[in-house]
Amino acid sequence: MASSHPLRNKIAIVGVGESDIGKVPGISGLGLNAQACKRALDDAGLKPSDIDGLLTAYSFTESYTMLGSSLCEYMGLQPSMCASMVAGGASPGIMLRHAAQAIALGLAETVLICAGENRATGLGRDAAIAVLAAVGHPQFEQPYGGSIPGFYAMVARRYMHEYGTTRAQLASVAVNTRSHASLHPNAHMKAPITVEDVLASKPIADPLRMLDCCLISDAAGAFVVTSAERARDLRMKPAYLLGVGEKHTHEHIMCAPSLTHFGAAESGRIAYEMAGMAPADIDVAELYDCFSIVPIIELEELGLAERGQGGAFFEQGHAHIGGKLPVNTHGGMLSHAHAGAAGGLFGIVEAVRQLRGGEGPRQVKGAEIALVHNEGGILSSHCTMILSNRLH
Amino acid sequence: MTNMSTALPRPQANGDSRPYWNAARERRLLIRKCNACGLRHFMPRHQCPRCWSEELEWVESEGRGSIHSFSIVHRAPTSTFAANTPYVIALVDLDEGPRMFANVVGNRALDVAIGDRVSVTFEDRGDGALVPQFTLARD
Repeated sequence: MASSHPLRNKIAIVGVGESDIGKVPGISGLGLNAQACKRALDDAGLKPSDIDGLLTAYSFTESYTMLGSSLCEYMGLQPSMCASMVAGGASPGIMLRHAAQAIALGLAETVLICAGENRATGLGRDAAIAVLAAVGHPQFEQPYGGSIPGFYAMVARRYMHEYGTTRAQLASVAVNTRSHASLHPNAHMKAPITVEDVLASKPIADPLRMLDCCLISDAAGAFVVTSAERARDLRMKPAYLLGVGEKHTHEHIMCAPSLTHFGAAESGRIAYEMAGMAPADIDVAELYDCFSIVPIIELEELGLAERGQGGAFFEQGHAHIGGKLPVNTHGGMLSHAHAGAAGGLFGIVEAVRQLRGGEGPRQVKGAEIALVHNEGGILSSHCTMILSNRLH
Repeated sequence: MTNMSTALPRPQANGDSRPYWNAARERRLLIRKCNACGLRHFMPRHQCPRCWSEELEWVESEGRGSIHSFSIVHRAPTSTFAANTPYVIALVDLDEGPRMFANVVGNRALDVAIGDRVSVTFEDRGDGALVPQFTLARD
């Protein structure tokens, strides 16, 4: 059923870019963002002077107070719209929504959105883990040694308790994702892994093991947003925004309303309604996968699998390229890259590429409608996007 | 190892939480109760997160509850906690309603399971600072 939402069919992503990914000691965090932005502009066939808005997120390694302004300064941009938006991993989707609103209202014409940092070499693994621990509440979580894997592990434990999701099913998420990364020219980790490898990897926070956890990468990603009308004259096939929805329920896990029901169901409902679509219409899904439990939950919350069946969906190979609904075709944050808000942003980059076609062995045949889900915090902030390669 | 050490961080109270941490120093667990809508909440706030009333009082919890979920942490977030691994983090549903986050400590802490009954205990963090922790009721 067609919706009359004022943003639907009006906005397009016209360029995408990734920085070098992995350990990239020769480039600063701002430099990685600039590299991704340059590649996104080249992809779009646009010049820096075409950009009148820039949105970025946050950086743990280079924590400038005004990150957006610092980045514009670094790149020599003087836009008429600029902000740093901080909603953890949900930031990229939320930035897209804000850019779409500004473009639809005529407040901006072409907005560049980027995120990422040099989390692998700019901080080092131990320092990165310590900085990330500060995500816990300073008075009521941090004094107890709470860690991000620990918080997600408590979600995993409760989810397994209520729905029977198994340890091996969690592992199958990591295995599926790694096999996709092996097909991506720029992925951080490509060596194939098995369920046994995941189960034998170092315990981090029970039930999560090392291969259940996202990478720590140097990486940045960028994309260019403009009006659907202007997109017609540009170089690449546009990816049109059909639907986008947000939901925010808490920040710290101790205040989460539930450990099994999250904001993704509502952000998804809003996005589907705006797009006039249903879960059955989705051809490819790029889900947030900071830990292996998360895409299982999102698949269920977004109606892409029955409640309690997300784990089996992965285990039975339905999420593989060529399966019922390919998930995280680039390798996700578990294998392609994770560096701050860049993790979720790469889901948008990959969705755009899948909708253009021509991704070789990674291409989902006939992909016309892609869903991207970003989440931030401990399943705290959610943003669901639905994109298509044609207007609906 | 399931007893946390005195080298671990002391909580830094703020204007919302000072009575909570002061009470902890006296081995009392306080929670916030709203006198307008009746909600008991955690973490302590200046106003009720449900009805926004500022008519809040501090009430003492019996310190009993059950484990909603937990994890056994093997890779600690900081070097101070690394000395204590493996340790248990848990979400505890107090019998009065609110959910809080703490460690399960004690000799059998690593045997914890969802639904287990727990009781509050207070852990010395040095200089008179105590933090609420939980032990398995069957201990």
